[in-house]
Amino acid sequence: MISFTIDGQMVEGREGQNILEVALDSGFDIPHLCYNENVKPYGACRLCLVEVSRKGRSRLTTSCNYPVLEGIEVFTTTEKVLRARKMVMELLLAMCPGSPLLQRMAKDMGINEVRFKKEDKDCILCGLCARVCDEIVGAHAIQFAFRGDRREMGPPFMEEPKDCIACGACVVVCPVNVIGMKEEGDERTILRWKRTLKMRQCKVCGNYFAPWFQLEKFREKAKLPKDYFDVCFTCRG
Amino acid sequence: MKIRTKTDLEKIKERGIEILYPKGIKISVGMATCGISTGAQKVYETIQNEVEKSRLPIIINQTGCIGFCQREPVVDILEPGKPRVFYQEVTPEKAMRLVHEWIENRVIKDWLFFKMEDEEWIVDNKFWNYSIKQLPKGLDGAYIYRQIPFYNKQLKIALRNCGFINPDHIEEYIARGGYFPLYKALHEMKPEDIIEEVKRSGLRGRGGAGFPTGQKWESCRRAKGDIKYVLCNADEGDPGAYMDRSVLEGDPHSVIEGMIIGAYAIGAHEGFIYVRDEYPLAIKKLQTAIHQAEEFGLLGEDILGSGFSFKINLFRGGGAFVCGESTALMASIEGKVGEPRAKHIHTTESGLWDRPSNLNNVETWNNIPVIISRGSEWYSKIGTDKSKGTKVFSIVGKVNNTGLIEVPMGITLREIVYEIGGGIPEGKKFKAVQTGGPSGGCIPESLLDLPVDFDRLTEVGSMMGSGGMIVMDESTCMVDVAKYFMNFLKDESCGKCTSCREGTKRMHEILTEITEGRGKLEYLDLLEELGWVTAEASLCALGGTAPNPVLSTLRYFRDEYKEHIINRRCPAKVCRALLKYRILPEACTMCGRCAKVCPADAISGKRKTKKEDGIPFKIDEEKCIKCGMCFESCKFNAIEVQ
Amino acid sequence: MTQSEIDTIIEEHGRKESAILAILQRIQSKENYLPKEDLEYISQKLKIPLTSIFRIATFYNALSLKPRGRHKIDVCLGTACHVRGGGKILEKLERELKISVGETTKDKKFSLESVRCLGCCSLGPVAVIDGQVYGRLTQDKIPSLLKEFK
Repeated sequence: MISFTIDGQMVEGREGQNILEVALDSGFDIPHLCYNENVKPYGACRLCLVEVSRKGRSRLTTSCNYPVLEGIEVFTTTEKVLRARKMVMELLLAMCPGSPLLQRMAKDMGINEVRFKKEDKDCILCGLCARVCDEIVGAHAIQFAFRGDRREMGPPFMEEPKDCIACGACVVVCPVNVIGMKEEGDERTILRWKRTLKMRQCKVCGNYFAPWFQLEKFREKAKLPKDYFDVCFTCRG
Repeated sequence: MKIRTKTDLEKIKERGIEILYPKGIKISVGMATCGISTGAQKVYETIQNEVEKSRLPIIINQTGCIGFCQREPVVDILEPGKPRVFYQEVTPEKAMRLVHEWIENRVIKDWLFFKMEDEEWIVDNKFWNYSIKQLPKGLDGAYIYRQIPFYNKQLKIALRNCGFINPDHIEEYIARGGYFPLYKALHEMKPEDIIEEVKRSGLRGRGGAGFPTGQKWESCRRAKGDIKYVLCNADEGDPGAYMDRSVLEGDPHSVIEGMIIGAYAIGAHEGFIYVRDEYPLAIKKLQTAIHQAEEFGLLGEDILGSGFSFKINLFRGGGAFVCGESTALMASIEGKVGEPRAKHIHTTESGLWDRPSNLNNVETWNNIPVIISRGSEWYSKIGTDKSKGTKVFSIVGKVNNTGLIEVPMGITLREIVYEIGGGIPEGKKFKAVQTGGPSGGCIPESLLDLPVDFDRLTEVGSMMGSGGMIVMDESTCMVDVAKYFMNFLKDESCGKCTSCREGTKRMHEILTEITEGRGKLEYLDLLEELGWVTAEASLCALGGTAPNPVLSTLRYFRDEYKEHIINRRCPAKVCRALLKYRILPEACTMCGRCAKVCPADAISGKRKTKKEDGIPFKIDEEKCIKCGMCFESCKFNAIEVQ
Repeated sequence: MTQSEIDTIIEEHGRKESAILAILQRIQSKENYLPKEDLEYISQKLKIPLTSIFRIATFYNALSLKPRGRHKIDVCLGTACHVRGGGKILEKLERELKISVGETTKDKKFSLESVRCLGCCSLGPVAVIDGQVYGRLTQDKIPSLLKEFK
């Protein structure tokens, strides 16, 4: 176990963990948007900044991807940290002023006004959708494209993603809920990527339970027989 | 033929000397990008054709850039027993004449650049003398190379061979001492000794950050792992900086030799040179040099019979400034986009493909053979206390002598701008010098006596950076300069970090508001706050240094910002929205030229002809798009810009 | 490009994943852009997700998804050229060609791009057309310069 302090309090972490994980587990409230314990940390949103003191030197750094090290001192609410966090939040809110989550987080930080020209974007460019799609689902259907202030998230050529299996993982993981999924009749659509797939019907209960395309991908990968998914997961019991 | 022993190397040296200083007449044309862009190719071809046609006993040669880019194309003539004569601003027509004049033992005084009586071989610590026995007519009164103010205060270590050798001839590189330091390193020194020497020399990275090179090598050597890499950062992206390009075009072997020595010291057997996509000639010269080095056994297995093996791969960039950042560069080589990653674990421990990697800039690698040959004690005597050695700068912009210079650290900015640079053209007033590219800042006149050194430049809000030095005069608007850099940075940012992507975007937005007459005083504090968070909260040095141009201009030129905001005026007459073009009715000769060129049809009046009187022309302010074409076309100075 | 042409290019490169940028640059230089089908084929052949290839194709300035013109005009907007009026030259070209920077003329004759620092700062403002450097430009030189190209 690795011992270190957060705001003066002794905490312990395991090799391979990051400051943010340990902090959240220990009850410290560090705001974050692009961190999710199920995928590798990325460090895009810059909200989880803390000050870390190590070998006499102190620096502002993101806590989601800073490894826990013996003897470091972490500070989560210094003046520098609060000032940086507040400005980052203001910049995010200026990007996506309509997001209820961002509005709430901003209010909690004491931000009353946005001093920049408000845009009307909804995506905060945290990358969680793509990271989940790459690291957990393995479909590689969406990813960042372009660079700088033209950076955006989407399918190749911004057309319907041919590799998307409409599993809905991106919908669930999006912190600002802007991807969306809808099911109508025998079709499921991942709204943001405009991906519509036909659903398979369970031979037992008659419910549409998963897209054909998705099930075929699973069958191929796991080398399962053709009739394997004739019956849905619930009925299989 | 593979070089195995020192005797082999010395044989090649002798051969190289014969090529460098042949028995007959040798004419060399500077063919680096600066030369080619001013027409050196045609000059070369003209001389070549003339020599063939008239069967003249002349060898024609190409060299790299000798540094004084303003005066390109440069042609030099070498003949045993005579001084080496350099001509400037040579055209194909001039070339024909000066060749024939030379054969008659005459020079054309007005076209002369300078003469040389010897050459410094800095690696070997000696001078090669031209053993002058006679002087061509007309040469009296010509400047000697080192007397010229541009060259007078320079000390060429990195640029030691540029303009003196043909970069495609490895023999010439060896003639002037090249690859002997490598021999010494491989056969007479242990890796630890080499690292100690580099540490003692005080060499700091020349790419911008100025990290002590020896220390970096040591941590890479100590890192765990059998497979290590050495890398050369040739992704010189700062606008206005082209030092690395000149070294790669004019003396590629100096970088290769440095890398082999470094690889041996660190324990790496494979290296990469990452060259910017926009440098096709540099890539070509490197390909030739690497190929030749392989042929001569200086790259590959059992180098110089030492048992050490090393190979170099060339990697061409894709056009992205951020790939000059070390982790982004490595990601790019791995086949990914150039997005930097957190450096909690240094690249010397885990870099390219998670292996220990040592990345250094072109100029840093190029210094190594000289340090090995002349020793750390000699090297550390040059420069200042904390910044040893020399630095190559590209001095461009509003200055009389533009080009590449190499000076010992510690020289003042005033000496560079006025003595070497020759001051500001057209008698205009100096305003600022921008150093460090988009990561640097602007330094005003009050600080011109600042000695140039890593720490001093950082103290005043700028930085050494890669060495770009852009001189600005009274007709440069500092707010416009800040906006220009922000435009560059918001475009080149990889876009990952909210603070950098949004920070540079918003700073650019605010600067645009100010330059278009919609500024508010509170924007100045807002810019400083934005600058602070962009620098503090971002992952890499792009974001980390992005605010410097804004913050330094705010620090030293705040009044100019205020003028834009309060009085909606641009004192330098640059910001278009704040300008008014007006035709002075008293001065208008009614020639109608301005109306003809106006793209917006905003000028009306009546041309004066033999039969009729004209009506003075007038600009319709509403229609005027402030393109400036009328101003450029008026031959009577009748148009005023307010 | 045909699939076998692409196969040949791929074969010429070792360390296939690392070579993706070089492979794309080869296609770009032959076709003047990156056709969608070529990218899809490379993704399939090298087993690299199409999302990664699209990301790379849109990240680097050297690559473009839209066809570039027969003649590529790169106006230098490096600091030295900017300070000497490079911006005005770009605007003049935009007016003459009736396109914005980054675009190609309808007849696919010219593409207009900006580039930063070619290192010919003494000659600024500078533009490169088809690899040839034109220096000491002024707005009035532009129309006749454009006429030189077919």
